[in-house]
Amino acid sequence: MDRLVFLLGTGLARGTLFALFALALVLIWRATRIVNFAAGAMAIVGVYVGVAVTGLTGSYWWGLVATVLAGGLVGLVVERGVLRFASPRSPLSGVILAIGLVIVLQSLLGIAFGQQHEPVPAPFSDRPLRVGGVPLLSPYDVFVVVVALGLMAVLRLLFVRTTLGLQLRAAAFAPEVARLLGVRVARMRTVGWVLAAAAASLAAMLAVPKELGLNPHAADMLFVYAFTVAVVGGLDSPGGALLAGLTVGVVMSLVTGYLGATLAPVAVLALLVVVLLVRPSGLFAQAEARRA
Amino acid sequence: MNARRTLLLALGGLVLAIGLTFLLDPYRNYQLAIAAAYLCATAGLTVLVGLSGQLSLGHAALMAAGGYGYALTSQALTSAGVGGLPRFLAATVAAVVAAGVLGLLLGLAGARLHGPYLAGLTLTLVVAVPAVAASVGALQGDRGVQTQFEGVPGPLKALIALEQWQAWVALAVAAVAVTGLALVRDGRTGLRMRAVRDDEVAAALAGIAPARVKVLAFVVSSVTAGLGGAVLTFVTQSVSPGAYTVSLSLLLLVAVVVGGLGSLLGAALGAVLLVLLPWLVGTVTDALPLPSQVTQRLDGTLPLLVFGLLLIVLVAGAPGGLAGALTAARARRRTRRRPPAPGPSAARLVPAATTRPGELREPVRTPTEG
Repeated sequence: MDRLVFLLGTGLARGTLFALFALALVLIWRATRIVNFAAGAMAIVGVYVGVAVTGLTGSYWWGLVATVLAGGLVGLVVERGVLRFASPRSPLSGVILAIGLVIVLQSLLGIAFGQQHEPVPAPFSDRPLRVGGVPLLSPYDVFVVVVALGLMAVLRLLFVRTTLGLQLRAAAFAPEVARLLGVRVARMRTVGWVLAAAAASLAAMLAVPKELGLNPHAADMLFVYAFTVAVVGGLDSPGGALLAGLTVGVVMSLVTGYLGATLAPVAVLALLVVVLLVRPSGLFAQAEARRA
Repeated sequence: MNARRTLLLALGGLVLAIGLTFLLDPYRNYQLAIAAAYLCATAGLTVLVGLSGQLSLGHAALMAAGGYGYALTSQALTSAGVGGLPRFLAATVAAVVAAGVLGLLLGLAGARLHGPYLAGLTLTLVVAVPAVAASVGALQGDRGVQTQFEGVPGPLKALIALEQWQAWVALAVAAVAVTGLALVRDGRTGLRMRAVRDDEVAAALAGIAPARVKVLAFVVSSVTAGLGGAVLTFVTQSVSPGAYTVSLSLLLLVAVVVGGLGSLLGAALGAVLLVLLPWLVGTVTDALPLPSQVTQRLDGTLPLLVFGLLLIVLVAGAPGGLAGALTAARARRRTRRRPPAPGPSAARLVPAATTRPGELREPVRTPTEG
């Protein structure tokens, strides 16, 4: 019983990270109809910068800020420099460009820093707190949940309550009409990429202390989980990403705890197959009009 | 191109390639065998992506299925006392079946999914390969499965070395795979694939079942990828999850895009590039006066960097790839000589005007090209 409660707790903590990363995929999908397969590699660039800044200043917080800023900058450069060339009429060209980006970024990081895993210490204790005698969450898990949920709330406020958010949504849903009404659609796309890349970097920075350590491939699994989450939730639905993220986090935690860590990727695959076969556009997406 | 011409071309190409093996030293022959194994997979992938418009990031997993099918069957037959050619053929058939069944399952899922969903599903499949190998007892986890050594058959022993024999076998299998794919591409099925890729609704109205065509494309592509895995296992005498990583999957895609989507010649160029570029980069970095630590670091990553840059530049700038550039150059020469004659338009599924430059499609073949 104790074990179940503990696994549920850590599962929820991991789930918020998956949800945050998946939210980054959803933002880009809504803005540009591209699934950003390079999200993991881009986020890890931000994490390298953040870890370097932490090393220089000695402060975890400056590192966190640097991660977010660097992640956003990477998003800007990638959107303006590479993904702009994706053909809007072929869904494959965006995916292939992103794959190229993954290979380039990971090999550049490999050349600069090597392939070894650099341990990244957590800023708070990793030991679980006992609530009523039952080990539940570590202080670091609590920190992760608070930051991730906080960022998601800020993003929601931005999208729903501000003029910029309205423009972002307009540019995503009806680019032509939005352009006629004076929204700078291209700029909104860039803003969407910057926001998404910054959020993904933050998620990766929060996830790294809980993994093996920092190396160019450290966010690969995070991306695969987040992709699963985004698909389960429906690529169009931020709320779906949060719910699906928590679900997948708990499922992964239970599988890892009871069946062993090696089976986690198989469980993700099974979940993805089942959801895609039953509801190909995700559990929370709106029904698509029949086309043929 | 009619079927007989395709067969003759394949036979000629095979004889030429086998003749080439006499000019190469053993290491080059080994590299040729590996390239032939990759060719099986890239040729299948190029038909899948270029003709049917489905993107698979999971061809390494399909190769792995073929490799494991080959290795396990070969092991079982060895302990049953079967050897030589029957064992090789039975193991290869097992590889084809294993990859084909996995491909059928993926294809059934893929027929309901488009673009990014299918890509993500296949990517997850590759990521799960080591986990599957670790959790199924017979696959023996990270260690993988060893196969029986297949030596040069008796009468040839005096004539050729082991590597050359392996190159012959690999080339023969690759020739079978590529010929099969060429026949599919030029036949009725290929036409249907292109119709479904360009407009599913229109294809359905014309009496084609899009889902069936997509599944068929996936199975055909998986079978050749399985052959590639079988050849790779035959040459290296073992199969393990470490050989079939996400990187290999992505590199197969790079090879296909660099060669030109939908082009079998491009797939061959891409497969050769996959083998030669790392070796070339290694030679260059060894020759430079660099500290050994830096050289070591560059060896694994610099070829990847070059591949990634090639991929981005080609998709952004020259979507036809190497083969597309060749075709375009030929077409330009031809139009300069004479004004283009309006050929029978039935062979064109898309009028050339609707395909913008910069778009990721197989270049429309004009009927005059044969």
